[in-house]
Amino acid sequence: MIQIKDLHKSYHMGSNSLHVLKGINFNVSEGELVSIMGSSGSGKSTLLNILGMLDEADSGQYILDGVPIKNLNEKIAAKYRNEFLGFIFQSFNLINYKSALDNVSMPLYYKGIKRKERTDKAMHYLEKVGLAEWSHHLPSELSGGQKQRVAIARALASEPKVLLADEPTGALDTKTSYEVMDLIQGINDEGKTILVVTHEHDIAQMTKRIVNLKDGVIIDDSKVEQVRALTHV
Amino acid sequence: MFDLERWQEIFETLRKNKLRTFLTGLSVASGIFILVILLGFSKGIENGVKSQFEQDATNRISVWTGVTTKGYKGLNPGRYVQLKNSSFESVERKYDDYFEYRSKDYMIWGGTVTYKNESGNYRIRGTLPDNQFIENADIGYGRFVSQLDLADKKKVAVIGNKMKKDLFKEEDPIDKNIQIFGVNFKVVGVFYDPGGDREESQVYIPVTTAQQVFNAGDNIRNMSFTVNMADNFDEAVAQSTAIAQGIETQIKELHTVAPDDQSAVRVNNTLEEAQKIYSLIATIQAVFWFVGIGTIIAGIVGVGNIMLIIVKERTKEIGIRKALGALPMSIVGMILQEAVFVTIFAGLFGLIFGLGLLELVGPQIDSDFIKYPQVDFNIALTTVFILVIAGAFAGFIPAYRAAKIKPIVALRDE
Ligand SMILES: Nc1ncnc2c1ncn2[C@@H]1O[C@H](COP(=O)(O)OP(=O)(O)O)[C@@H](O)[C@H]1O
Ligand SMILES: [Mg+2]
Repeated sequence: MIQIKDLHKSYHMGSNSLHVLKGINFNVSEGELVSIMGSSGSGKSTLLNILGMLDEADSGQYILDGVPIKNLNEKIAAKYRNEFLGFIFQSFNLINYKSALDNVSMPLYYKGIKRKERTDKAMHYLEKVGLAEWSHHLPSELSGGQKQRVAIARALASEPKVLLADEPTGALDTKTSYEVMDLIQGINDEGKTILVVTHEHDIAQMTKRIVNLKDGVIIDDSKVEQVRALTHV
Repeated sequence: MFDLERWQEIFETLRKNKLRTFLTGLSVASGIFILVILLGFSKGIENGVKSQFEQDATNRISVWTGVTTKGYKGLNPGRYVQLKNSSFESVERKYDDYFEYRSKDYMIWGGTVTYKNESGNYRIRGTLPDNQFIENADIGYGRFVSQLDLADKKKVAVIGNKMKKDLFKEEDPIDKNIQIFGVNFKVVGVFYDPGGDREESQVYIPVTTAQQVFNAGDNIRNMSFTVNMADNFDEAVAQSTAIAQGIETQIKELHTVAPDDQSAVRVNNTLEEAQKIYSLIATIQAVFWFVGIGTIIAGIVGVGNIMLIIVKERTKEIGIRKALGALPMSIVGMILQEAVFVTIFAGLFGLIFGLGLLELVGPQIDSDFIKYPQVDFNIALTTVFILVIAGAFAGFIPAYRAAKIKPIVALRDE
């Protein structure tokens, strides 16, 4: 599903330059649930943003579902993001003046789907994350866990090939974190490929594979025995 | 632009951001409102000034004489230049084609006029029938001096409304006899003059009668003409100035006056005065346009500023939308379409409100210098559209820049 070869990325600030990713190689097959771990500042988000086409690598190869991702212009990047990818952020990033339902139907609007179908589909995914009754509430009326569920529903709504989650439990308490992870595990069980960035070991243990990042290189990449989140709740 | 889904999205955004929509709308609406009121009052002042100076026919040439100040062809200075019937006739003959109305007057500056026990001192003017139009005198009752009166040297009088009120009170003056210097005259008419009491404190009699009664022979005191107006104002001024100069030269030759003697023969051309008034009006208009354009520019800057703030406030939302697959142009389109919609709506609201207020308050204003403030609807509508288009341009730059921001930058937590 994802193939990455010798990926480099530096940030330039004035005369300083910070080499964040120093040759990343790794592959992800369909249906995997991978966590990317590392201390703060190790380049986890940078990697995920490049995978999500929110940012571009300086050099290296990136193939997503057989499509080489390079020389992206804004238009193509927007199309790929919409078709291939679903994002889940630490701070949810919901549009605050739109209801849960409207937030979930947003990616469908940019897919060009008609209103009626949009609403039906969005409602379906809200049900899936257990928030059907909250569909007309604004984000400000929801708890953190509920907001993240709305964000997950939104990421699922466009039926992406890969879900990318950057510290999805970073802003949640332990119990809520496990509930969210349970949801993510369930989605993975249905066959969706998911990458989760985290720096929490217990969260990482709930995935099937842990990639450890340090100083811009992968120092460890190993499959783990998945801990079901439900057993902790 | 005509994508229904897009409009639904925009209406929803506007509805759910009521305060922002309201504030944007308010600033646009008040800008247009102020502009409409400004233009309305400038028109009102123009109307007021015009009507103030319209009391005398504006294309009038009058000829007065005085005492010579320079010796000429053996004649000594200090000689009074006496206009005669023949002077009038020679001018009339030369310029007849250009004249609309013509009059020669024999005038007594002050004379006692009596009716029964009432009497007063009034100006007495022997005149020709045309003078009614030259002086803009309005006949209230009866008639003005006629050709027949003139031919028969009838002792008839047309009195001013002020005289009528002084001498006759409530009584009907028509066909009553008054005494001018003890001579009986029959009142045949009463006139009103927009010039007011001063102009209405005089009595018109036929010039032939005046010359006879006051033993003036064929002397006249002054003459006045109105010149047919050319279509173009500047042309009219040029023509009437040329005629005035021609008449001055002619009279000076006729009465052996030095060509450079300023006080012996004076030809007054009111069209030149009118030009000053027209240019005053033009200045007033220019000032109001200047202020109006300033208001529009301020409005454009205001709309641009609002757009800048809106875009700034929505940076994160734009990042989210882009992460979800929005194209940059669809972001620009969304912001602009919203802005244009709000500006048009608010602009028309301000326009209608302003026009309504002028319509309501306009007739209540009772000032000599402001009359009937009003705005040309098309001009007002045009300004609304200028504001909308300019506002859209002003908004395009921040919208475009926002759409270019990388989603990660827009989404960065701070
Ligand atoms: N846009 C940027 N410009 C400059 N430096 C950046 C930018 N984004 C991240 N960095 C730096 O790159 C390093 C890696 O950041 P990041 O990938 O966010 O780390 P992590 O997510 O693992 O905490 C950090 O030192 C961070 O300060
Ligand atoms: Mg991070």
